[in-house]
Amino acid sequence: MANIQETISKLCPTATFEQGEELRVTVDAKQWRALAEQLKSNADLGFDYLVGICGCDWKESMGCVYYFTNTSTQNHLMVKVTTADREHPMLHSVSDLWKVALIQEREVFDFYGIIFIGHPDMRRLFLRTDWVGYPLRKDYDANPEINPIRLTQEPNEDATAEYVEEADGSVKKIDKKVFEDEEYVVNFGPQHPSTHGVMRLRASIDGETLLKIDPMCGYIHRGIEKLCESKTYPQTLMFPDRMDYMSAHQNRHCLCMCIEKALGIEVPRRAQIIRVMMDELMRLSSHLLSYGCMTMDMGATTAFFYGFREREEILDIFEKTCGARMSLHYNVIGGVVADVHPDFIKDVRALCSIMPERMKEYHKLISGNVIFLNRSKGVGVLSKEDAISYSVTGPSGRATGWHCDVRKTAPYSIYNELDFEEITETAGDSYARYMVRMREIEQCVKLLEQLCDLLEKEPGNEYIAPKVPKIIKLPAGSWFQQVEASRGAFGVYIESTGDKTPYRMHFNSPCLNIVGSVDKACKGYKIADLITITASLDYVIPDIDR
Amino acid sequence: MFDFGSITTWFDNLLESVMPAWAATVIECVIIGVVLLLVYALLAIFYIFYERKLCAWFQCRLGPMRVGPWGILQVFADMFKILIKELIRLENIDRFLFALAPYLVIIASVVSFAVLPWGNGLQVIDFNIGVFFMIAASSLGVLGILLAGWSSNNKYTLIGAMRSGAQMISYELSVGLSIMTIVVLAGTMSVTELVAAQADGWFLFKGHISAVIAFIIYLIAATGETNRGPFDLPEAEHELTAGYHTEYSGIHFGFFYLAEYLNLFIVSGIASLMFLGGWMPLHIPGWDGFNMIMDYIPSVVWFLGKAFFISFIIIWFKWSFPRVRIDQLLALEWKYLMPIGLFNLILMTLLVVYGLHF
Repeated sequence: MANIQETISKLCPTATFEQGEELRVTVDAKQWRALAEQLKSNADLGFDYLVGICGCDWKESMGCVYYFTNTSTQNHLMVKVTTADREHPMLHSVSDLWKVALIQEREVFDFYGIIFIGHPDMRRLFLRTDWVGYPLRKDYDANPEINPIRLTQEPNEDATAEYVEEADGSVKKIDKKVFEDEEYVVNFGPQHPSTHGVMRLRASIDGETLLKIDPMCGYIHRGIEKLCESKTYPQTLMFPDRMDYMSAHQNRHCLCMCIEKALGIEVPRRAQIIRVMMDELMRLSSHLLSYGCMTMDMGATTAFFYGFREREEILDIFEKTCGARMSLHYNVIGGVVADVHPDFIKDVRALCSIMPERMKEYHKLISGNVIFLNRSKGVGVLSKEDAISYSVTGPSGRATGWHCDVRKTAPYSIYNELDFEEITETAGDSYARYMVRMREIEQCVKLLEQLCDLLEKEPGNEYIAPKVPKIIKLPAGSWFQQVEASRGAFGVYIESTGDKTPYRMHFNSPCLNIVGSVDKACKGYKIADLITITASLDYVIPDIDR
Repeated sequence: MFDFGSITTWFDNLLESVMPAWAATVIECVIIGVVLLLVYALLAIFYIFYERKLCAWFQCRLGPMRVGPWGILQVFADMFKILIKELIRLENIDRFLFALAPYLVIIASVVSFAVLPWGNGLQVIDFNIGVFFMIAASSLGVLGILLAGWSSNNKYTLIGAMRSGAQMISYELSVGLSIMTIVVLAGTMSVTELVAAQADGWFLFKGHISAVIAFIIYLIAATGETNRGPFDLPEAEHELTAGYHTEYSGIHFGFFYLAEYLNLFIVSGIASLMFLGGWMPLHIPGWDGFNMIMDYIPSVVWFLGKAFFISFIIIWFKWSFPRVRIDQLLALEWKYLMPIGLFNLILMTLLVVYGLHF
């Protein structure tokens, strides 16, 4: 850690340091680009994985918080880049160093109006092109007369811009087009059978070959981050369930852990076990859904029902304990909302006992099918470098051979006590992504069996920490917490000024990064492959749009 | 076996005794037309129900259960619904071709429907190039699909139509080649003679390995030609929403839908004609008692039973396999099925020339 601090202070003498959970560096916008290049290329630093970019408005200044990880040493670094110019805030883009910035910087631009110099495609990501103002700025005017509910269709604009810095330091805007006029552009979505929700992809094609994909997000954007700023902490807990609804437990677990970390609450062991069990059940159900959807998108409708048959059992377990099947709302600050149903362990054991048999059926039906192999092997290849650069985590990242399971790299809750394997494949194609999920189902079952034993042996019946304050106020400061959700590393960043409500709450969702990599993964393949690849990348739209 | 020809001859004589020959022909044509359309509609309804129940069975479900006992009235309800749906008028399309396309598709399937050997003596037209006519008529359908895709002024339908054109034309080759193989074996193209030639054993058994290869190629190619899964690319719903018929509504969509199911029946019917003896019961030379018992089963039941069995196999494909990709689809046809088919044709010719078949 000290080593990193020394290296950075040599490179950037004006940087200020703060030691939190990880090293935190604050630099001015002017030094940022030089530092960023060093962060990536300097052998002592080697921060090759950009976890997330969180735009922020600190009133007297604006800027971004970048969270980095070195994938070989697992060192973390948080860099805060600030600029005092509120009228025309500009930062240098790092999209050429970390490709994930291509999409994440657009999000920041959309909400804060921060222009990234050198970003090849600087346009709004979620909001309509005719939106006035930048909603997450603290001085944003939410008057509905400025942004009424528009009854006209959003113009289908291909216009985008790149900002280039001239030699004298001035910034010039170059107008560009997403698709040229002579390109044959096919629109997929927002209503389309295999976009898994209201996602829109515009694809330029040549015959059946894909030339370029432009994902257009925001059709179900609910402004969760903005909403959180006006809600108390217990109220914000409802949102993560509604982002990636197939990782509801993990996402909420993450937010709870982040708040608990800030408050210094220790969660009772029984609650920890229950939480982890729920996480794994959720992962199991998500992978089953993914199996069904992927095969269905490839035209094998029967497999879909096979996956759903077992998922139904998991939802029944959830229903008994949480009272809901979809938005589960089970984790609360300090523990879980209620103890598990008396049948819980019995039901989970029953599920674990049928899964090996059912897995055989899945493999029999699809995994060895010659059409399936031809459709998925070698299709949509992402290399390990691509995955790290685009921050594609979760099963899709592990399919490239990247060990990115947060449960192993930064074990949280009781994961370090449990015996399970981190599943990786090396091919990085659609088939590898599929196989990682199938093998993770086996690991989930293995974990659940261990957890059942642990929960049975657990003497206490305390499911929530006794000392959770009635009114939750976080001390001033900022916290970042990651968990392994069903589709990858899900992060929560909270910045507090000591109030009842968060000053800034950012959700770093895995699916946004995955969508950012769709163009890379699909280029040069066929139209039918677009469906296979997006299905195997397995994104969930509400998680992208938040 | 009961010969339906006696009834038709008696009816023909009856009419001719009271009116001139041309009037009798007109009346017979009208009656046959009505009966054909009726059978067409009934078979479509049966097939929709058949496929829904089968697919439910493959997928651990029950299928339609609410309307009528075991849901048998569900299809009638659906048909009624499709009949009363509005035909949506689209702007900026080629109106004439857009309206013409579904009729072309349905006419192609009704015409080839007419040639099938329904039973002993139950056949609408019987002439010496029956098989040839059947292939010619059934390939008209692709025209309707191409027109539908082109005239809808929609990118999905256009891609669907392009795929469909490439696919159906390719797979017709293999269908033609495998049928040709059997024609070589039988030495005739007349439907009646083809059936009669199978009285002492179906061609599938008579033609050695060559007939078996032709049968397998036919099954694959027929699945491709009817645009059914795993070759349902022209309407790949997960890629192109509904492919070439995306823009159609109401009964115009219904025509495509009906034609698709009836084409399934027609290819199954042709398969049973060419390989499984048409309406001819299962005869094993020398087993006279067995042959006699088989003859007690009506010929119509034999034909329908065989057709439904082949359809079952094709439906089974659809609900088990993922969809192939366009390049794989074409590679399968041009690199594998067609060369094998050609080779098989030569093999069959040699078998026939040297009299090596049964």
